Amino acid sequence: MTTAQTLRPAQRERSNKAGYLFVAGYTVLLIAFGVLPTTYALALAFTNDQWQFTGFGQFIVAVTDYRFLQSMANMGAFLVIWLTATVVFAVGLALVLRNFVRGRASVFWRFIFYLPGALAGVASTLVWMFMLSPQASPIAPLLHAIGWTDFGQVVQPQNLPGIFAVMAFWVGVGGWIIIMYGAVNNISDDVMEAARLDGASSWQLAWYVQIPMIRQWVVYMLILAFAGGTQLYVEPQLLFVASKQVDPTWSPNQLAVQFAFGATSNPNVAAALSVVLLVVGLMFAVVLVKRSGMFNVEAED
Amino acid sequence: MTVTRNPVRATESTGTTPQVRQATPTRGRRPRANGWARPVLVWLILLAFGFFFVLPIVWLILAPTKTSTELANSFPFAVGSLGEVGQAWQHLVAFQNGIILRWFGNSALYSFGGLALALVTSIPAGYGLSRIRFRGRKLLLTITLIVMIMPAATLVIPMFLELNAVKLIGTPLALILPFAYFPFGVYLTYVYFSTSLQSSMLEAARIDGASEFQIFFRIAVPLARPVIAMVTFFSFVGNWQNFFLPSLVMPSDDQQPIQVGLSQLMSSSPAFNPGGTANLGIDAPELTLAILLSVIPVLVLFLFAQRSLVSGMFSGGTKG
Repeated sequence: MTTAQTLRPAQRERSNKAGYLFVAGYTVLLIAFGVLPTTYALALAFTNDQWQFTGFGQFIVAVTDYRFLQSMANMGAFLVIWLTATVVFAVGLALVLRNFVRGRASVFWRFIFYLPGALAGVASTLVWMFMLSPQASPIAPLLHAIGWTDFGQVVQPQNLPGIFAVMAFWVGVGGWIIIMYGAVNNISDDVMEAARLDGASSWQLAWYVQIPMIRQWVVYMLILAFAGGTQLYVEPQLLFVASKQVDPTWSPNQLAVQFAFGATSNPNVAAALSVVLLVVGLMFAVVLVKRSGMFNVEAED
Repeated sequence: MTVTRNPVRATESTGTTPQVRQATPTRGRRPRANGWARPVLVWLILLAFGFFFVLPIVWLILAPTKTSTELANSFPFAVGSLGEVGQAWQHLVAFQNGIILRWFGNSALYSFGGLALALVTSIPAGYGLSRIRFRGRKLLLTITLIVMIMPAATLVIPMFLELNAVKLIGTPLALILPFAYFPFGVYLTYVYFSTSLQSSMLEAARIDGASEFQIFFRIAVPLARPVIAMVTFFSFVGNWQNFFLPSLVMPSDDQQPIQVGLSQLMSSSPAFNPGGTANLGIDAPELTLAILLSVIPVLVLFLFAQRSLVSGMFSGGTKG
């Protein structure tokens, strides 16, 4: 696009004006709910309730809180289980669908896998609480068999990362299967045919051709899913509401809410923790941009 | 491993001429090496996952047709009676003088309000960013990309403090305005117009003396129906399912959307806390009915969007 360079000044002026009008509404919202909260969080994180500069003081308070490491460890355990399952099964099922299932059947299965996404949030969490409740669950005999006879036994701390991973996987993996399927589908037929003619079996084809060729998308999925996973809030919060045995500050986001609105309300520490989580998320975003090159602003110019 | 890798890699990089090779059918291992075993295995895998994804939904649909005793004791996928659904509904409406209707009304107000503003702001913005060169365009694009991949939940607390500072807490605007802010929609629209709108068409219209707004409304918007549908879908679903923000910015019960209402119903029921709560008329059938009703709008949208969701927007290529 070289039109911008060749425009006459009058045209350029008109172009500027029109452009601003088109983006005006969005820009106002972007400033109000993107830029300002970020700036506000940063300002709070480096000051105290008198707006005096405190350096990294609030960060130290947040990070040395006795609940901080535990909540980060909880989130870490959840992320490891959930990301592993998501990568393995999103890629695996996409490959199975692409390589062995044709036409309408493939569309049908992708829709089935995607369907639980409609229940994302509170609904899916409650549904899985029922699935795991020894009283109401359709798989109650199975739960009894492993020694879980009441809900309190199910939500023991050591089970929680796995439970949240199942909930998140059930809701979210379908969307990734669709994206991975699209990525595999875009591999050129020539490449596939050539590999087949060279005698590659389906497994070899998947492992040496298809997976390497969608590696970018896998990295993209891993990083976006990681950023999403760090936001874990609804699931542990509802489990805490249901069964007071569950730690009210299980995830870092819950801890931030406790800092902000809990007994010793301290918005500055809450903001510091938000900034920590934001930096973690942004670090992965940077990796995302660098590794996958998917968000290339300049591509079009 | 490397032994098998090399031949495959070699053909991949040197490029091939399939037409020529197809002329001499190969004796490769592909034809029915394991005749029936593979389809059976594939179907077993698909069925296992199919059950995992669908059975909880089937259970949810059937649960309100049964009493809580039946739920605990009868076959989990047995069908109860519609009468029980009516009973459960009456119990739900009796709960706090029909507050559940309020919750649904609130959800509709916040979700549609946010959606309308999101469309009005993000479609023109995506168009402007992709089709008009103006000063500050790259800066705006870059910021959009950054905020889009920022974990939204971490900004919820600062956003609460900000809304509190301007005295919006407890008003519908405390949700509608944050919902209207939808950088992902701007990005989708931007990509759509950048890739599927021919600039020659716009240039022709400009030369004919059309104003930028005539071009937008007469040419761009009619062509943008697929992306408008996508933005509508993602914006509405995100708004409807949001729990974190409303749970903080709405101080009173009768301002909450249904998502927060569900968590109140859950804590008012003995379903997960036997004997722990007073009898408020809410048990498993009532709770499951409320869950079901809360997902119906999104489920309907899913069914409508099915085609484009599964085949259109992500699949890229034209192959099926």
